[in-house]
Amino acid sequence: MGLLSRKDANLILDPLADNNPITIQVLGICSALAITAKLVPSVVMAVSVIFVLGVGNVIISLMRNIIPSKIRIIVQLIVVATLVIIVDQVLKAFSYELSKELSVFIGLIITNCIIMGRFEAFALGNGPWKSFLDGIGNALGYGLILVVVGFFRELFGSGTLFGIEIFGNPVEKSGLYAYGYENNGFMVLPPMALIVVGIIIWVQRSRNKDLIEEN
Amino acid sequence: MAINTEKNSYTVIFAVVMVVVVGLLLSGISQVLKPNIDANKRAEKQKNILYAMGVNENQGANDVVFVSDDILQEKFDTYITEQFYLQGGEKVDDPEAYLIDIKKEKKKAEDPSYDQKLPLFKGTKDGKDLYVMPVRGKGLWDAIWGFVAVDETMTIQGVFFDHKGETPGLGAEIKQRYFMDDFEGESFLDDGQFEGIAVAKGNNDPKNEDKSDNEVDALAGATITGDGLATMLRKDVQKYVPFFKSLQN
Repeated sequence: MGLLSRKDANLILDPLADNNPITIQVLGICSALAITAKLVPSVVMAVSVIFVLGVGNVIISLMRNIIPSKIRIIVQLIVVATLVIIVDQVLKAFSYELSKELSVFIGLIITNCIIMGRFEAFALGNGPWKSFLDGIGNALGYGLILVVVGFFRELFGSGTLFGIEIFGNPVEKSGLYAYGYENNGFMVLPPMALIVVGIIIWVQRSRNKDLIEEN
Repeated sequence: MAINTEKNSYTVIFAVVMVVVVGLLLSGISQVLKPNIDANKRAEKQKNILYAMGVNENQGANDVVFVSDDILQEKFDTYITEQFYLQGGEKVDDPEAYLIDIKKEKKKAEDPSYDQKLPLFKGTKDGKDLYVMPVRGKGLWDAIWGFVAVDETMTIQGVFFDHKGETPGLGAEIKQRYFMDDFEGESFLDDGQFEGIAVAKGNNDPKNEDKSDNEVDALAGATITGDGLATMLRKDVQKYVPFFKSLQN
């Protein structure tokens, strides 16, 4: 790795797999369930969280020596809330339809436990560059799961990917639908997201036995 | 740096400075983006009004696709021929009546001495005169609103509904095509008297073939949203009845 030292690279790569915030730490589940029925909102949510967590981690890290420890949680909250309001306003100004679709979930980034968790656990104790990498890595790990779940839910729930028909048109009975294939309506509902996340966790743990906790 | 970050005075000063900085930053951003956001909101209203009139880019049977942004203004100017509002029985021309905020008007109308402004947009489509009315009411969780296009006999030619926070898969279905399309052809009148339109369960007409029953089929699992929608239509559309009566004469 020319650009990043091995340690730095691990900051990004770890959360993608063996320390994934969703599948290993099981954080940020609520938003993962709510917005993954389609791929487009999943990707937008992932990008928004990458922005908020990357920038937020740097800001918290820069301020880590001057934040009074008594009010540090409130300071973290203000930083997240500010960044989220910026994301929300920018979406409303430049991508109005999408901001309507994501509506309350953008606001819910504030309560995404991954963000406060990284601020508290990492950015308060490390320098800005490391914190930035850690933020990007965790947000990417979160986004990766979001996109995977969104992929399966949109494909089997609506028969489309990014809105493009994959299996043919269900109304005109073309493509696969001509042979009696039906979309699985359950895929579109939030419980199915939990099941898909569960399957990902299962697959991941059976491939890497180290991740299984001993009882 | 030898700052004692544990001192109470430091904590208070830090909090104050932080709040001021964040406040300035956010209000600055809001000011910069406001023109863009307002333009988007205006465009959304225009799209919704056109959609209620049946001017859209639907292709598939379940599509709800609005007129695209680049031709929106042109279409709006072509199809909407007259904009005005009714206030205390008077018709007042207002070329930007679609910007009247129904929510604020309703608030003002709580004072009985105030006559609510009732915006109405007259349009022509396929040689037929249409009147589009904005409506606003309460669903289960939050506000629901929409636009209703009728001809001069108060028979619905098209509707558009939207909501702020109804349950996805249940109440949120009011903005789905299959629900909105059910309203087409229904009349607000029954034997010349205003009746409204009920969103009814078990009305023995699930395919909605009977267009004279003042009823559309309800959405399963969305009783309160449906009732709210029916109330919204009854209350808001009723205010326009004198105007349509005057058209008949």
